[in-house]
Amino acid sequence: MGVSTRRRPHVADSTGDRAYYIINYSVLAMFTLSVLYPLVYVLSSSFSRTSAITSGSVKLWPVGLSLDAYKTIWHSPQLVTGFLNSVFYAVAGAIVGTVLTVLAGYPLSRSDLPFRRILTFFFLIPTLFSAGIIPTYLIVRQLGLLNTRWAIILPGAMTVFNLIITRAFYQLSVPKELLEAARVDGASDFRFFVQVALPLSKPIIAVNLLFYAIAQWNGWFSAFIYLTNEHLYPLQLVLREILAQSSVDPSSIQGSNIAELMQKKQLFDKLKYALIVVAMVPPLIAYPFVQKHFIKGALIGSLK
Amino acid sequence: MSVEQVPIAVPAAPLLAAAQVTHTGRPKRHLARRVARSWQLYLLLVPPAAYTVIFLYWPLYGLQIAFRNYSVALGISGSPWVGTANLRQFVNSFEFWTVIRNTLILNGYQLVALFPLPIILAILLNTVRSRRYSRTVQMITYAPHFISTVVVVGMVIMLFSPDGGIINQAIGGLGGQQQDFLSDTWFRHTYVWSGAWQTLGYSAIIYLAALSGVDPELHEAARVDGANMVRRIWHIDLPGILPVMVVVLILNMGSMLSTGFEKVLLMQNPLNLSVSEVIDTYSYRVAFVSPLPQYSYAAAISLFQSVMGLCLLVSANWLARRATRESLF
Repeated sequence: MGVSTRRRPHVADSTGDRAYYIINYSVLAMFTLSVLYPLVYVLSSSFSRTSAITSGSVKLWPVGLSLDAYKTIWHSPQLVTGFLNSVFYAVAGAIVGTVLTVLAGYPLSRSDLPFRRILTFFFLIPTLFSAGIIPTYLIVRQLGLLNTRWAIILPGAMTVFNLIITRAFYQLSVPKELLEAARVDGASDFRFFVQVALPLSKPIIAVNLLFYAIAQWNGWFSAFIYLTNEHLYPLQLVLREILAQSSVDPSSIQGSNIAELMQKKQLFDKLKYALIVVAMVPPLIAYPFVQKHFIKGALIGSLK
Repeated sequence: MSVEQVPIAVPAAPLLAAAQVTHTGRPKRHLARRVARSWQLYLLLVPPAAYTVIFLYWPLYGLQIAFRNYSVALGISGSPWVGTANLRQFVNSFEFWTVIRNTLILNGYQLVALFPLPIILAILLNTVRSRRYSRTVQMITYAPHFISTVVVVGMVIMLFSPDGGIINQAIGGLGGQQQDFLSDTWFRHTYVWSGAWQTLGYSAIIYLAALSGVDPELHEAARVDGANMVRRIWHIDLPGILPVMVVVLILNMGSMLSTGFEKVLLMQNPLNLSVSEVIDTYSYRVAFVSPLPQYSYAAAISLFQSVMGLCLLVSANWLARRATRESLF
């Protein structure tokens, strides 16, 4: 997976080259491990015994298996709602974004479409000069979308990058001969689009769905400025609010003794780790499927 | 050399290339008929076009509030014109030089520190002989790119916490002084190097693609002539990917002021505000945090930033053309 090239050596390595390879492989190994370590550490901490985190005995692997952080998440209505909201936004955002992208990408890929150049520019210009946060906010408010789920799904629903790779895909994978043959048979553009182009474009549709879903899952800022109703918050925003609290809510610990307080703070830390895991695992599972297409898409897009 | 001639994946290349449509030399009189015949295709374009007009062009029209005194009651086009008063207010404000300085230092630091690293990573990966090793490294190092900013900042807060974070435990264990990595002394380093963790692997893709276009025969020939690996990288690989390096550098400079807003906002706290308040976060604060939202003033601030970004892009392009004969436009 990924871009890779290989050079077959025909001549024996010189001493200098051998040294180069040793350094090369070790640098890469160190870099890879340093990327991996925080991820493993967070995962291990979320599964460790509560006291093991504060005492610093978690180094790499979990110390004393315990699931109580995940149980706490499961029993917290706020967190479960956040999770479900994120799932909803990811699914809805993926569908809306993909539909818009495919509807724009297919016609723009047709070389026989009059004004194709102007239309393409029409979609590109806002990426080159975007209005910024405040005007967009005012429009969203004027449309009455504040504090609705639409405010999360609609602004930014379609991205130009996806449009470009989708358009390139249609240009390369739907041969003109097919269109001509369908025309001879009397098929309209609609019929050709639905019965030929769409079935041929399953891979790019899948990539679009995953891309938009990951972007929605990871997003928090539009929720941050457009939503005040906590029942609509996505998980990332809930996580942000929890991380911003350095310790447990003081009102909830009044009257408890020091030992109890300590225990709460420890569980709270572990809860943060577990929440980080919950918030990062879905995109990490999805990305290997997108990555290959992403690189291919980027190459196609630029070659075209 | 223009960007269309660069045969590899450049983020901007698809954008620019997309606009390149060959002219058909058909006579004009057929145009009306062709338009009429394509009505179904135009109909498909209606939903995405409506989306683009409402959520992208309408805000562009709304940008005029930067030159008005916007009030909710009067609306965008009803609010009174004030000319450049908002821009002048920003330039003369007490915070102006602080936020400009913070923005330039933070992004300049990021650019200088993070521009060469993906190139080095790509060159190292490109010379790895074991395909499996190379793929494993790529697979793992791309992963953080797909993690959300909130999670990355959350991990920074947790792992670097002065209150029991693993990094400070390690520092303490080695006999060092524990540090608050989000304080004003450390903020910039923490910001830039956590960014390195997240983006290095992914940023290397573009250079890997460029390296795969370097003719292997050049390497073979140099090898036969006795050039070692380092010399071959220096004289063959680096010149081969120079155009891409220039394009990426220009693009990075153009977007230099606008990147990382969400991350800065997430990492901001009262203790690091003196170094973490950048143009974007200041504009955000003026519009959304202050008790009396000043939308026009905030819009003027972000407009100022866009114009500055454009100037940077143009001057970087000019410099690149002078220095290397490569440029974006």
